Amino acid sequence: MPSINQIAYPGALPNFRNLGILLRILLLVNGVCLVAAAVKSTSIQQTFQEFTDIAALAEPILILSLLMLMLANPWLGKLPFYRGAFIVVLLELALTFLVYRLGGGLFGSGMVSLERLLLFSLLITAALIIYLNMRSRLLSPALSEARLQALQARIRPHFLFNSINAVLSLIRSDTKRAEMALEDLSDLFRVLMADNRQLSSLQQEVDLCRRYLNLEQLRLGERLQVAWHIDNMPRDAQIPPLVLQPLLENAVYHGIEPRTEPGIIDINIFLRNDQVHIVLRNPYQREGAHHAGNKMAVENIRERLSLHFDVEASLTATLRSDSYQVQITIPYLRPGK
Amino acid sequence: MTSPLRIMIVDDEAPARNRLKELLADCADSFPHQVVAEAANGREALELMSNNPADLLLLDIRMPEMDGIEVARHLLSLPQMPAVIFTTAYDLYAIQAFEVNAVDYLLKPVRGERLLGALQKARQNRPPGPAQLQKLSQRPRTYLSVQERGKIVLIPVCDIIYLKAELKYVTIRTHEREYLLEESLTNLEQEFKANFIRIHRNCLVAKDRITGFEKVAEDDGEAHWEVVLKGTEEKLPISRRQQYVVKEFAK
Repeated sequence: MPSINQIAYPGALPNFRNLGILLRILLLVNGVCLVAAAVKSTSIQQTFQEFTDIAALAEPILILSLLMLMLANPWLGKLPFYRGAFIVVLLELALTFLVYRLGGGLFGSGMVSLERLLLFSLLITAALIIYLNMRSRLLSPALSEARLQALQARIRPHFLFNSINAVLSLIRSDTKRAEMALEDLSDLFRVLMADNRQLSSLQQEVDLCRRYLNLEQLRLGERLQVAWHIDNMPRDAQIPPLVLQPLLENAVYHGIEPRTEPGIIDINIFLRNDQVHIVLRNPYQREGAHHAGNKMAVENIRERLSLHFDVEASLTATLRSDSYQVQITIPYLRPGK
Repeated sequence: MTSPLRIMIVDDEAPARNRLKELLADCADSFPHQVVAEAANGREALELMSNNPADLLLLDIRMPEMDGIEVARHLLSLPQMPAVIFTTAYDLYAIQAFEVNAVDYLLKPVRGERLLGALQKARQNRPPGPAQLQKLSQRPRTYLSVQERGKIVLIPVCDIIYLKAELKYVTIRTHEREYLLEESLTNLEQEFKANFIRIHRNCLVAKDRITGFEKVAEDDGEAHWEVVLKGTEEKLPISRRQQYVVKEFAK
């Protein structure tokens, strides 16, 4: 199962299929080119000119490098760090050589000698590997797992005590429902107390949410209405556990409990462009709303998503005059990849 | 021997009300009582009080529309304030405030023996007073209440145009009519400073009712400002000391 361990394992090459890593490489290489251009020139105008010249040669090498690394990624990932790094450097040198030789005429190969170009390529590749390795050490498992654990969703004690109270009220009159409620409660707490650093499937998360909502239904009765739209949900999509449940808890706490009339929580999960979209919407009244606490849960989930998916996940919360909506987008990760 | 205690249960969650009823039934032998009414929110509880007066209310703190503490504050306007026992599942802020102000409360899930103990004490203890209850409140009231013919009349704060102190009373002015309230204007100003502004030593007006200002010449040649309000023909004078209000609103 993919977990945070693989994303930031010190002493392993970076995952070249991660958008965040690719973006960093692109920006850094272009940054170095700009610095080189600035050093060679005397005016802004000339810097521009120099940069275009350098870019004409550097960009094709850069783009081809990224493509090559993305293709080789699964194989490179299995190698020990030093051997992997060595191979990446060799691949880069070979690529630089080929681009220079085959496309040399296009770029006016007179402007730089092959030896200098190879030296540049070597230095930049080495610097990038060292930088990315140091960055992954910085986000090392010890550190990010400590952060993850601190961030792990905590259920509101308010919910626990109210639920137990509701179960107590059923024990004498409706033993069957009391039993079911206790089963739901124990399932919920099993997940809450588990080690949640591993990803789980969307189906499991949805099941968990159903158990949670059953319990809330018990105390709130018809005041709580839930509309699920999950026919197009990719059931096997990998997702950090307890991303949905705390958001639903928020929706109940801020959207349903302060109302006397029934309110609908809308849950929409679908797959589009190989991305999983999760949209939760609940009614919201500014007046009589509970204080604080809401932002923290959302910030918490945003941070957990970024620890797992880096820039490939997003979370946006929108507050309208009478409703509140949270939209999450995560890449569609299939199990075992 | 006194007559059995009349109890009202107020909680927005039906299972929580059932649970309290069961527990009350359990201690009926050692503590004779009668559950006269159940309410699902604060307003309903106050309405029921006029037809089914209770001697004691079991009041949930967190309820939609009007919380338990506000209910207790409105009960104060009755000639005889009933006893109240607050119930809560978990609310750190409230629990601290209750401890500090020595007001009795029960934690949900409630234990039978704790409930019995609280019931026995409630008869002797004096109900919490206005100052105590104000300290427990986490936010301003959503209603003001006055007593008319033994009934509690609730006036939504958002319907109030202005509050004017006159001798012993404060006049509450809404679009329809006036009410007389026995509270100090200073306390009201403190509680509702987010929505009301003082324009005169004896007058607070609702900020969102102000539509404009007019300068009025006086006999001695000096002029003063008057505020024009939505919902009433009346124009209220602004005292010299509060003239900055005009500038603030002109922005």
